[in-house]
Amino acid sequence: MLLLSLLVVPLCAALAVAVFGWTRTTSWFCVVDAVAVAGLATWVAIRTADGPTLHAAGGLLRADALSGFMVLLVSISTLLATSSALGYLTRELEDGTTTVVASRWYGALVMTFVATMLFALLAANVALMWVAIEATTIVTTFLVGFRRTRASLEASWKYVIIGSVGIILAFLGTILLALAARHGGLSSAHSLDWEALTSEHGRFDPGVVKLGAALLVLGYGAKVGLAPMHTWLPDAHSQAPAPVSALMSGVLLSVAFYALLRWKVVIDAVLGTEFLRVLLAGAGLLSIALAALMLISQRDYKRLLAYSSIEHMGLVAIAASIGTRLAIAALLLHILAHGLAKGVAFICSGEMLHQEGTTDIASVRGLLARNPFLGGIFGFALVALLGIPPFGLFASEIAIARAGFGAGMGWVITVAFTMLLVVAAAIVTHVQHMLFGPPAAASSGSQVTVTTAVPLIAGLLALAAIGVSIWPIEHLLNAAASVVAR
Amino acid sequence: MSDATYGQLLELAAAVALVASIVMLWRRSLEAIVRTLAVQAIAVAATSLLIGVHEAHVAEIAIGGVILAVKALLIPSLLMRVLRTTGDQRVSEPVLNTATSLVIAAILTLGAFATTGSVVRLVGGEEGRLLPVGIAIVLVAYFGLVTRRNALAQIVGFLQLENGIAIVALLASSGGSLLIEIGTALDLVLAVLVLQVLIGRMQSKHGVLDLDNLRELRD
Repeated sequence: MLLLSLLVVPLCAALAVAVFGWTRTTSWFCVVDAVAVAGLATWVAIRTADGPTLHAAGGLLRADALSGFMVLLVSISTLLATSSALGYLTRELEDGTTTVVASRWYGALVMTFVATMLFALLAANVALMWVAIEATTIVTTFLVGFRRTRASLEASWKYVIIGSVGIILAFLGTILLALAARHGGLSSAHSLDWEALTSEHGRFDPGVVKLGAALLVLGYGAKVGLAPMHTWLPDAHSQAPAPVSALMSGVLLSVAFYALLRWKVVIDAVLGTEFLRVLLAGAGLLSIALAALMLISQRDYKRLLAYSSIEHMGLVAIAASIGTRLAIAALLLHILAHGLAKGVAFICSGEMLHQEGTTDIASVRGLLARNPFLGGIFGFALVALLGIPPFGLFASEIAIARAGFGAGMGWVITVAFTMLLVVAAAIVTHVQHMLFGPPAAASSGSQVTVTTAVPLIAGLLALAAIGVSIWPIEHLLNAAASVVAR
Repeated sequence: MSDATYGQLLELAAAVALVASIVMLWRRSLEAIVRTLAVQAIAVAATSLLIGVHEAHVAEIAIGGVILAVKALLIPSLLMRVLRTTGDQRVSEPVLNTATSLVIAAILTLGAFATTGSVVRLVGGEEGRLLPVGIAIVLVAYFGLVTRRNALAQIVGFLQLENGIAIVALLASSGGSLLIEIGTALDLVLAVLVLQVLIGRMQSKHGVLDLDNLRELRD
């Protein structure tokens, strides 16, 4: 009942907006709904942290500590996105950049998007998980193309084609693994059930599992934004409305990575850790290298944030390739901190776009002098993204490095962190002119509304809090990590 | 139906599907490509029906019917409607010429047979022997997707990819539960509808479906 309500509650808000349109009442209903989702998610997290796996809907839904942690993460980002959408969409409507019809679609699709992500995290069956992740692509396509400009149309086309083609390869991988499982002794009813897949060790045909595993990494890797299937990401994340970018960059990438983590347990049990280690570390290093390269010459601040997501997902892939319990706990902390920091940064970018009328880095000057609040929050979010203390990404990056050296992958960590320095240098160079420097025009710009300011501050505070101490979630983190690294 | 007839018919269906893939790579006329796609979908549906009848599984027979209705009739007719309104009837010059494309398709087909030995052994029998055909269709479709710069041709490539995967799934008969089949089918139909809407918007903004017109976003 608990798990089912976690899916039904966001759909209620989607339905409300679809029926009544995007009004003051329904937009606030979305926020209240997000609070309810966060409450339910916290409950799931608390209950699963102590061990018992929850089952619902006749075995179709299940939640262990890993799902519990992930639904918590999604619900936090949803809170951030829905509350910032209040100001964002009202302003878009006032400016005439969006229509009443489009805002109705927006509200309904965002809440459906949240429900599909939660479904992916709670699916007990790997094929249903696939269905849910493919559904996120379908739902978000129109959100990427929300502005209906030529650029956003191009972004949504690339997104849906590359995303769907990528993920259909993951489906082929799923079929092959189910085949291996059935010939390895599982009944066909259980060959797609994650629990059954992980309980039958080592009797699967390794050749077939290898082929399937490579397809799964390639397919879900496309949704995660790992190189070489990343090309859709900067376009989609820079064209989507800011609250949607916050969700897509902050949690959707991690939800896709969650699918890889689930599969990692199954694949490692058959092939040992070496096979996926090579694939994930390779994809991770390639992604960071590519992001570093593209960040150096970046001219658009929304694309800058998008490439930073590719970089962070690359690091997450490396953490997964290390695969020890410490590495997985660090990975989970990293995606939580990244979700918060990227969410805050993208919402700031939406405010900046509104004030400056452009996403061109060179055209934004002296933001701190003109709008200290917005400039300050954006600056802190970027500092957090660069892994500077006291924010959560510092703690997680240190833990990933420690785990890497501990597992004998020192050279991978060394190469990765050297490239992270290049990333940091590139981002600092671009952003210092945006924040400091003399203001180009005398325009003071409008102030950030309270409904946007509060979640931004709360997000940054939470980010700093998990950087200082993780004790409130430590138990959950460890329980979740031990689902993957047994 | 005797085992020998079953094997021969299954082989025929797989062969038609593979030949259809090659034809789609060879032809330039979008109308011909969409028609060939419908033929391929019929072959996939036939595969499903054959397996269903042979093993007396109602699920596979039902799925065959759904494939026939959706992929052989509904989707091609939607694509044909787009073609009638655009008037853009030919795929523009692809990145590679036709002869090179066909040679690469042949290499990919051989590659599919070479790399799937483990799967063939595991599945065994006539189904196992034909399974690499599905993988070959996936590879050829992927190749077509990468080298063709037309929105409609990319949708066709996507659907072809899906046909190849359907053949693999059917031959490996990893059917699982009907619910999952329905979920998958629904997802894919929705994806195609989404692409359709985008094509409509593209048409109204750009007038043509050539993806080379999409050049706003780059670094």
